[in-house]
Amino acid sequence: MDSIAEATYWLIRGRELFLFLHLLGLACFAAIAARRLAPLLRAERDFRFDRPLARLGKLVQFWLAQWRHPRYRLAGVLHILIFAGFLLLASRAFTVLAMGLSDRFIDTGSGGFYGIVRHYATTVVFLCMGTAIVRRLVFRPARYGRPSADPIFLLSLIAILMAADGVFEGSQAAMHAQAGPAEFLAPWSLAWICQSAFAGAALATLRNLHLGAYLAHEFTFFFLLCYRPFGIQFHVETSLFSIYFAKLDRGTVKPVRWGVADQQLDTVPSFGVKKLEDFTWKHILDFYSCADCGRCAEQCPANAAGRPLSPRALSIKSRDYVFRHYPVWGPSSDGTPLVGGLYSEDEIWSCTTCGACEAECPLLVEYIDKIVDLRRGLVDDGKAPQPLHKPLKALEGRGNPFGKLEKKRADWAQGAVPIANGGGVETLFFADSITSYDDRAQSIGRAVARILGRLGGNFGILGAKERDSGHDVRRFGEETLFLALRDHNTEAIRASGARRIVTADPHAFNALKHDYKDVPPVEHASQAIARAVRTGQIRMKPVENGVYTYHDPCYLGRHNGIYQDPRDVLDAIPGLRRVEMKRSRDRSFCCGGGGLALFYEAQEEQRMGVLRVRMAAEAGASVMVTACPFCLVNIEDAIKVAGMEGQMTAIDLAELVDRQMVS
Amino acid sequence: MEILVCAKRVPDTAENEIQLNRAGTDIERDDLVYSVNEPDNYAVEEALQIAARTGGKVTVVTVGGDEDEEVLRREMAMGAARGVLISDDAFQGSDGRGIAAILKAYVQSEHYDLILTGVQAEDGCAQVGGMLAAMLDYPFASLVTSIEVLDGRKLKIGREIEGGSKEINAIDLPCVLSIQTGINEPRYVGMRGIRQVASVPIPTLGAADLGLGPDAAGEAAAKVKRVDYFVPPAGKGAEMLQGSREEIMEKLMDLLKAKGGLN
Amino acid sequence: MARIFAYIVHNGGVPDDTAAELPAAARKIDPAWAVTAIVTGWGANLDKLCESLSGTYQEIWKIAKEPLAHPNAELVRQALVSVLPAGSILLVPHAHFGVDLSPGLSIKMNSPYVPDVVDIEGMEGTWLKAVRQEFGGQISVHVRCNLATGAVLNIRPGAFRPADRVLGGGQVVDKSAEVGTLTARRRYLETIAAETGDVDITKEPVLISIGRGIGEQENVAIAEDLAEAMGAAVSCSRPVVDARWMDKSRQVGSSGQTVRPKVYLACGISGSFQHLAGIKGNPFIVAINKNPKAPIFRVAEVGIVDDMLEFLPALASRVREETSVAGKERRRS
Repeated sequence: MDSIAEATYWLIRGRELFLFLHLLGLACFAAIAARRLAPLLRAERDFRFDRPLARLGKLVQFWLAQWRHPRYRLAGVLHILIFAGFLLLASRAFTVLAMGLSDRFIDTGSGGFYGIVRHYATTVVFLCMGTAIVRRLVFRPARYGRPSADPIFLLSLIAILMAADGVFEGSQAAMHAQAGPAEFLAPWSLAWICQSAFAGAALATLRNLHLGAYLAHEFTFFFLLCYRPFGIQFHVETSLFSIYFAKLDRGTVKPVRWGVADQQLDTVPSFGVKKLEDFTWKHILDFYSCADCGRCAEQCPANAAGRPLSPRALSIKSRDYVFRHYPVWGPSSDGTPLVGGLYSEDEIWSCTTCGACEAECPLLVEYIDKIVDLRRGLVDDGKAPQPLHKPLKALEGRGNPFGKLEKKRADWAQGAVPIANGGGVETLFFADSITSYDDRAQSIGRAVARILGRLGGNFGILGAKERDSGHDVRRFGEETLFLALRDHNTEAIRASGARRIVTADPHAFNALKHDYKDVPPVEHASQAIARAVRTGQIRMKPVENGVYTYHDPCYLGRHNGIYQDPRDVLDAIPGLRRVEMKRSRDRSFCCGGGGLALFYEAQEEQRMGVLRVRMAAEAGASVMVTACPFCLVNIEDAIKVAGMEGQMTAIDLAELVDRQMVS
Repeated sequence: MEILVCAKRVPDTAENEIQLNRAGTDIERDDLVYSVNEPDNYAVEEALQIAARTGGKVTVVTVGGDEDEEVLRREMAMGAARGVLISDDAFQGSDGRGIAAILKAYVQSEHYDLILTGVQAEDGCAQVGGMLAAMLDYPFASLVTSIEVLDGRKLKIGREIEGGSKEINAIDLPCVLSIQTGINEPRYVGMRGIRQVASVPIPTLGAADLGLGPDAAGEAAAKVKRVDYFVPPAGKGAEMLQGSREEIMEKLMDLLKAKGGLN
Repeated sequence: MARIFAYIVHNGGVPDDTAAELPAAARKIDPAWAVTAIVTGWGANLDKLCESLSGTYQEIWKIAKEPLAHPNAELVRQALVSVLPAGSILLVPHAHFGVDLSPGLSIKMNSPYVPDVVDIEGMEGTWLKAVRQEFGGQISVHVRCNLATGAVLNIRPGAFRPADRVLGGGQVVDKSAEVGTLTARRRYLETIAAETGDVDITKEPVLISIGRGIGEQENVAIAEDLAEAMGAAVSCSRPVVDARWMDKSRQVGSSGQTVRPKVYLACGISGSFQHLAGIKGNPFIVAINKNPKAPIFRVAEVGIVDDMLEFLPALASRVREETSVAGKERRRS
């Protein structure tokens, strides 16, 4: 009476019916998966098969242990439970499918430890589905956008799947209970509840429930399997791959084309992404993997400022574009241009590459490389935005975006810092353009110079030979100009004979660390200062008043993981009261961007800097300390725009240390 | 439509600080960054857009020396089909009229439907376009801010006039137009684009190729001669008004009246 | 000495300011300053024009032809070439019309052309020495040309102050008959006037531009008041637009509008390069800023270190005093 395989479903024997349905379901899924694979095969190559151990490590951390999920507590816990449930029920699913083909699988695992685990897993998943549906319909977290039918539909289907299993097992146990001792079902599990509910029913009814539940399970299971690749649930399958193949090298940007060395770039006929197939296969996989959870969009500062950029929206509409052009039924169409149609130019230029989206995404979807590639495509077609033409031309002609004379690049040092001319210099201080030329940022350079002087050792600057690091030139898509700047600087750095580089500019720091090759090791000024503070080489006098908060610059914090050193420095100042903003460390909120972002004027409702200054005020701070010249300039600007002069000031970490240092 | 754009390589005023050289005979040119004259760049972009609409080719020509080739390459990287360099020792020291005479000889050696120049270059003379047109006996319009191609060898153009108004004219082809900045948004040209046209040959034409005698242009033939450069007495930086607020206000009133600030 | 002619630019019979400036320039060439006005046009407007020039010029040559009703450089050139005696020196204002007319005219007259003259030093024999500017006014140049075969000299508007002593008379000589048929290969169609409604700052000759120093929304009225007193318009830098104190159409800068005023008052504006990029045409810039180190002082011609919130209202009342006084004087004379 338990047998499904031997049962008759409308004149068809179970075994044959389910063999047919299983094969049909699998075949459909295979066909769909093949169609989904097609664009990946036509996309650009991406070298992601190296360092398997590191990749497995990421898989364990982010896929198995769901490392990113608890960042949003409730949703995270729900998802961990659901995911754990899925893993635990994987073997059950196959057993159930097998039961339709052979009676050998009946009674497998209904008792014992796995049985209990399985019963509760099913129940927990069912409850989580209910919770999730209620959250979406009633509480409506903002990041989910307007409630739509599709997620509710999918959540319901999974709930039905769980319920079907509960009914299937409950009805079976109820049938057994009428004939003899019933098997043990975990108390208050779905199956147990069903068994209790069916206790008094007639055998024939129970049998029908049993068979019906199996059929329901069959259809729901295969429907979900074949439906998932059409929407956000595809992440169930693709997450394993999107996480395994995730980017390992933080801080850097993908090459124009994998496998083509910088010197050979002239042979590449077209730079960047202009049509869909210019994306790499991993990028297209990312589009598939986006679960539309909205965490990236909620963290994105451009989105918060009202710019036309939402990372999640970018992924979802790109995914829909792939689906349209590589449909499951029907021929592929390809080659249609992306920017101007799917993406707006303003959308692409609005990104400050702060990395908040990438730091948040539980599926490790990448955005920066895609934006940079799209920018490369635009620049290649001559479509760099007009406000950037002048700074780009100035960078080409004068090595800095302001158009100031090269020979004045070292003027900020006021003769107090030696120029590193060929050998004899141990430490090179790489100032970069804004610290060299901007009236306000120059004082950061001088403060660092004084601190380095205090720390001893000989150091120097490149002076007029220094060019812009090119960090944001690259990230704004002008790869050729970046390479020219990089080559020039590399030569000058090597000629200086320095064995280490220090910089106060996190953009320069990131470039020298990740974009440049064959240069001495580089550290940020805050690291050197923190070390000196810990060893007592620098002692500071007390600070009287003010409530200080530290603003994590994107390229020091998120991209390079340096969060604690600047805080240690602040905490070493006697009497300094420090508060933490709600969004700090890897959740820090971008000041508005550095490098060329200073020149691009986006359509926005508010300045990012203004939002950040208000966050500092909310935390009760009166002084914002930062460790980046761009952050400093943007924040001071924002203080004025927000009308908070007198209530809030900003200072650079080096300036503060310089001010408080005692001999 | 065959379109010719006359371009000039000039010191970039935005990026340079123009100073007198020590001898006082010229500006200090050592540190200067040169690029294509901005209005000429707009003219090339406009020519490219017209050529794209009507089917045609854009040629860019400049009068100068080897160092001026880079301007031709940049415009070719932008999309111009051909770059032509006109160079000859005999042309050294030409004034605007001389340049126009040289260009006239070139234009007559080829066939062009439309000739564009930028409205003015770094010397602020704004003369070559108008002179070239008169020498060729072609109609001319300056400060052009819009161009529409009509049937029957005619253009409908907009010119910038006083008060920001726009004057619409019809003009017969072939003609010469001088183009005002802001007529379009020139496309971006980077180092990569220039590298891609690096090996395209640029023909160089001399006086003999154009059938010009030794006194057609050049220093001797110049009708307006530059005597020297000098720094205007006001110098750089504001004249800071001193005194009490009332005294400052009086001085300011005088200045405003003189400069047309009070209506 | 060859005759000096001054081409009068007019708008519907109303002479441009340069009409009074050209005789001052002519005086520096020829101290006897016998300069003849030459006017082109058609109908009652032309007669009205000759009337209003009678106080500044002894002799006015009038060319009245119907095709010249709307100024067309090509036709004016043909007319002038027919009428001007050989070796004439023609002064033309260096503005929209002069730039259109003079280069080609100098070729047809076979005379040298000196554009955008800002000063005239005098004659050495038949050679004239004049001053021009290059590189957007950063450097000045002495030039010389031989006037023996005549010349076309474009004079920068505002560079020569109108002469105090004027020899009027205004005798009109009608030269229309000397001009044959005028054939145009460039034909005037229409004029699209600048947008009205809210102020279009790109067309304003005098701008009071405010920056962050204005402090708050309510204070914008201070600038508007001064603008009203001066017959000017208010523009601003980006921070003011960001703060939503003024509309984006008032923003001067690389991401806003490009303006070409004669006079620009930069009040509480620091002078960022993005803002300055929107100012063209080398206007007279007055900077008013609390901070003596503000970069704007490097670009302005005149600087005032003061609080704009106090200075501007004081200036507005002073201006009102002045314009009412001037009004009274004019009415008196």
